[in-house]
Amino acid sequence: MKNLKQKYCIVGVGNTAYGKNPGISQIAHNVLAIRSALEDAGLTTQDLDGVLTKAPTSTFPMLWGPKIAEALRIQPKVTATLDQAGASNIGLIQYAISAIELGQAEVIAISYGDNPRTGTRASYARPRGDDALAGLFGAPSSYAMVAKRHMHEYGTTNEQLANVAIAHRTHASMNPGAQFQELFTVDDYMSSRWVAEPFRLLDCCPVSDGGAAYIITTEEKAKELKKLPVYIEGIGQAHPSWDFYRRPELATSGAKIAGKMAFKSAGLRPADIDFCEIYDCFTIVPLISLEEYGFVDKGEGGSFYEEQRTHIGGELPCNTSGGLLSETGMPGTQLVVEAVRQLRGEGQDRQVKGAEVGLVSQQGGIMTTHATMLLSNQGIHK
Amino acid sequence: MNEPPIADKFAAFEELIPPLDDLNTPYREALSRGELILQQCQSCTSYQYPFESFCYECGSNLLEHKVSRGQGFIYSFVKVHQPYHSAFKPFIPYTVATIQLDDGPRLLSAMLDLTTEVKIGDRVKPRIEKITASESMLMYELERS
Repeated sequence: MKNLKQKYCIVGVGNTAYGKNPGISQIAHNVLAIRSALEDAGLTTQDLDGVLTKAPTSTFPMLWGPKIAEALRIQPKVTATLDQAGASNIGLIQYAISAIELGQAEVIAISYGDNPRTGTRASYARPRGDDALAGLFGAPSSYAMVAKRHMHEYGTTNEQLANVAIAHRTHASMNPGAQFQELFTVDDYMSSRWVAEPFRLLDCCPVSDGGAAYIITTEEKAKELKKLPVYIEGIGQAHPSWDFYRRPELATSGAKIAGKMAFKSAGLRPADIDFCEIYDCFTIVPLISLEEYGFVDKGEGGSFYEEQRTHIGGELPCNTSGGLLSETGMPGTQLVVEAVRQLRGEGQDRQVKGAEVGLVSQQGGIMTTHATMLLSNQGIHK
Repeated sequence: MNEPPIADKFAAFEELIPPLDDLNTPYREALSRGELILQQCQSCTSYQYPFESFCYECGSNLLEHKVSRGQGFIYSFVKVHQPYHSAFKPFIPYTVATIQLDDGPRLLSAMLDLTTEVKIGDRVKPRIEKITASESMLMYELERS
């Protein structure tokens, strides 16, 4: 983020209903989310000159950006679909900033929408590479392999993993838009069925329909719009592996490098962060992410959650809308939307008091890709 | 009642076998002879799997097939309860392990028919089972069994 001509902002966010959403196509989720984000910003489709997308997880269509643009009845100057899985949600913001900085566009929409809950979800259980004969199908088994190693190295327990799921569910219970809002206990977690040990059902995010979008523009343009601008302070990325088990240290992630990059570009430190929105497809991920970012020492993520220090009102509220585990299993776009709402003070019952700087952590594959973004409201609450 | 013949028990794995190509044919032919082969780079001596036309470590194309004893230890593992594929259903819950080979590469492998609990660090050795007349499957078992 060095030497950019100007600062960049997120000026609109929107989403469709999360959960089971029959009759809404993948395109509709994208279009409706973008239209909602434009309305939030006080803009129209005619203001857009860029449409950037992450491809739906359940299928992998070609030329998805132009298709979404056409469904908005616009002919944008800039489109792209980025293949970093869950990390694309931030990678696309980096691409948007590049396009604006190069003078190609001024207002860019970024969206994700999919309907794996009511449509096809075959891709979720398809083996990767030649893993089928090894019996490795589906993301839960792969992430469980990471969790098992973390447990072995640091003594992390299922009770601690339960507390990740419980913390995020507690926040979802204050979010009327969350797919799962009902509270549960460690005992409930312990009696949920095994999927792939050490993971039980409540370690895994749900399969969800839904769409979410955000609008990126310059600070100059942002100041003309109706909502308080949320500033993009820093972005980092790192990509540790393709076949997750070949990563030398399995209980680590790209968060360490991506985080350092983001903090350096923002001139901020972990101590400056008021809340985090962390990709939590499985309970082990936020725990490792907090460690890799340096919020806690390596191996201390489990006890940090167990001591409820990640609850709203605690020292580092995490996943204030429920995250992937409870708000929606959508791969990460919703985390950016929630961070923006928190920084505008629109969190309602789940608002983090005085939130000025938030961290969004995204990753994809089996901790294959990673992206980190720091956002701020530059002290609107002061 | 007698145990079903091994061929029946593993026959369902046939549909999971990837198609043959130039790179994997020698590996598969070796497995069907009951041997595990890896590629060894003649420039930097490192072993590799999966097979490629170049060395992942140094980029050299001087690769030779070498028989490996295939021994190693469990780096991590999971016990799968979800019936993802019919071939694995009779074995549920079954173990899938990341095997750290003594020769260097890591592999993913099923560990079926285990009679004791396994743990990270346990020594393991290959178990090669016939699936069809021409195809065999690489699994792992505890070295002590």
